[in-house]
Amino acid sequence: MTDILQIENLNIHFRTAEGSLSAVHDLSFSVKKGETVCVVGESGCGKSISALSIMGLLPENGHIAQGKILFEGTDLLSLKPDQMRKMRGNKISMVFQEPMTALNPVFTIGYQLREPLRIHQGFSKKQAHVKGIELLKQVGLSLPEQRMKQYPHELSGGMRQRVMIAMALACHPQILIADEPTTALDVTIQAQILDLINDMKEQLGTSVVMITHDMGVVAETADRVVVMYAGEIVEEGDVETVFNDPQHPYTKGLLASVPKVEGELTQLQAIPGSLPNLGEAIVGCRFQSRCPFAMDICRSQAPPIYEENGHQTRCWMKEGESIADNIVPS
Amino acid sequence: MSALIIRRFIQMIFLLIGISFIVFISMHLAPGDPASIIGGPTATKADILGIRQRLGLDQPILVQYWNYLVGLLHGDFGVSFQTQRSVAAELFTRLPNTINLAIASVIVSVIIGIPAGIISALKQNSWLDVFSTTLSLGGISIPNFWLGAMLILVFAVHFQWLPVGGLDAPFWTLQGFKEMILPAITLGTGSAAMIARMGRSSMLEIIHSDFVRTARAKGVKERVVIWVHCLRNAMIPVITVIGLNFGFLLGGTIITEQVFAINGIGRLMIESIGSRDFPMVQGAVLLVAAIFVFVNLVVDIVYALIDPRINYD
Ligand SMILES: Nc1ncnc2c1ncn2[C@@H]1O[C@H](COP(=O)(O)OP(=O)(O)OP(=O)(O)O)[C@@H](O)[C@H]1O
Ligand SMILES: [Mg+2]
Repeated sequence: MTDILQIENLNIHFRTAEGSLSAVHDLSFSVKKGETVCVVGESGCGKSISALSIMGLLPENGHIAQGKILFEGTDLLSLKPDQMRKMRGNKISMVFQEPMTALNPVFTIGYQLREPLRIHQGFSKKQAHVKGIELLKQVGLSLPEQRMKQYPHELSGGMRQRVMIAMALACHPQILIADEPTTALDVTIQAQILDLINDMKEQLGTSVVMITHDMGVVAETADRVVVMYAGEIVEEGDVETVFNDPQHPYTKGLLASVPKVEGELTQLQAIPGSLPNLGEAIVGCRFQSRCPFAMDICRSQAPPIYEENGHQTRCWMKEGESIADNIVPS
Repeated sequence: MSALIIRRFIQMIFLLIGISFIVFISMHLAPGDPASIIGGPTATKADILGIRQRLGLDQPILVQYWNYLVGLLHGDFGVSFQTQRSVAAELFTRLPNTINLAIASVIVSVIIGIPAGIISALKQNSWLDVFSTTLSLGGISIPNFWLGAMLILVFAVHFQWLPVGGLDAPFWTLQGFKEMILPAITLGTGSAAMIARMGRSSMLEIIHSDFVRTARAKGVKERVVIWVHCLRNAMIPVITVIGLNFGFLLGGTIITEQVFAINGIGRLMIESIGSRDFPMVQGAVLLVAAIFVFVNLVVDIVYALIDPRINYD
């Protein structure tokens, strides 16, 4: 399988009243065709802004200080604004967390659904209308003809999220970025929406970047997992490997905090402590103040990434292991 | 929608009755006797008593009000104490000037205020934004009469580009247009400033909203994002301001008509208060109130047209 998206050493900075803030630091991961990659981490670790930077939609006070975002080999960061605009909603789509506010209140569902089709596919209003009805059917909305004429406030949260997904998939994008698409929904609706995304992915062969802080969602959808902490990747690997054999203390903490009851809403606050202040220069490992295994070196030097069979970990404890591995004659 | 109109109409009737009572009572309690003004300096006590009797001013005040109200409900606004002419006729000859002036100043305020607000929001913190917000702060604080006087001084007296006052030519003629410019700017400036401030803040809020991000994520052109996705939403609070301002504008016509010597309702009101012409004042106030209520109804209808979440039925 080929990489459809490669993010290389992405660094995102924000200008704030207190000065510059490094929100994402040396982020690198890739997404293969047809694969679901889950990006997981607690609130504020930089998941959303990483996603927005792929879309070219960072807030005005944010900028990409360094790095590359390669989509099918071309660096999205080198595209002109209008070229990037033609990518959005066409090759790369995004679904957001808040379905209640993500749709424009003064336009009909039909208008908003026709928009990407008319922009990217050059459909006539009539063609887009027909296709829109088909899309609504595909995402499982009843009475699609009627829905086209309705306004967002006439739909429930779950229905609106289905509309968002229909809109995002209208032009058969290569990549769908879903930023916590179920966080704002009821538990029963959550499962339906995840199933829908999985189904659509199977049907269209779309790659999915699923952002979540819910390990249950990861277990249900991911092929691969990227664990982020304070703007950095701390662990990355196949979902089985990461779940069965987590290496980073943060990942272990995340997994330990998942209640075993199926379908229970999971929170990540179970790890004591909080994120370091990203506005200050960070010495040593970013997780060190919360890590039960912190050593001297963790406080003075940032750990490198260690890799075993595609399973990556950013932790000094791997140093000892790899030395041990090296000692063992092979 | 029709339910709204009917409801408002019923509300309006009660409101106008209430207003008529307040105006009636306050006029009659105010110092100054219309009979002695009509009688003039040479009138004897007996003359004045006769006048009072003729005008019905000798009756108890509530009886007077009741008679007035009954007349009103029959569409009779009474007869002017001063001219003996029908109040309704006088009001309706003066009304077009006031309405034209108010509409012209709404147009001025919208033409200036909305683009200024939008540009300010789009170029937040640029020199254009600073310029426009400073100017609108000024626009809100400048008193009407002073602005009017200054405009006359500069454009009518010094440059002589525009007439000093009056609103006599029909508005569709060049002369009528010229006569309208300075009064409309005088009256519309404060309102333009308020619209600009409201437009700016509401546009800023909308630009950063989730659905605008969604529109961008769909690949909508930036131009369309602003003029289609943002504008319609941002206009919702601005329309409230325009509607409310219309009320202030009607009030403002009193001063503006005075400054520019325009024969409108405002000027009529001042003259009639001076001469204690009770029926005329009462009629003018009621008319202005009715217009204000009507404008608010129009605003509510416009609301429902641009915001599908509003449903009056
Ligand atoms: N507009 C902004 N200005 C300044 N800092 C910002 C801005 N947006 C995000 N940040 C910073 O970037 C960090 C990451 O934000 P981000 O929204 O990506 O978090 P997240 O991982 O998506 O969290 P959540 O799970 O709550 O959505 C935050 O801690 C915040 O400090
Ligand atoms: Mg987020």
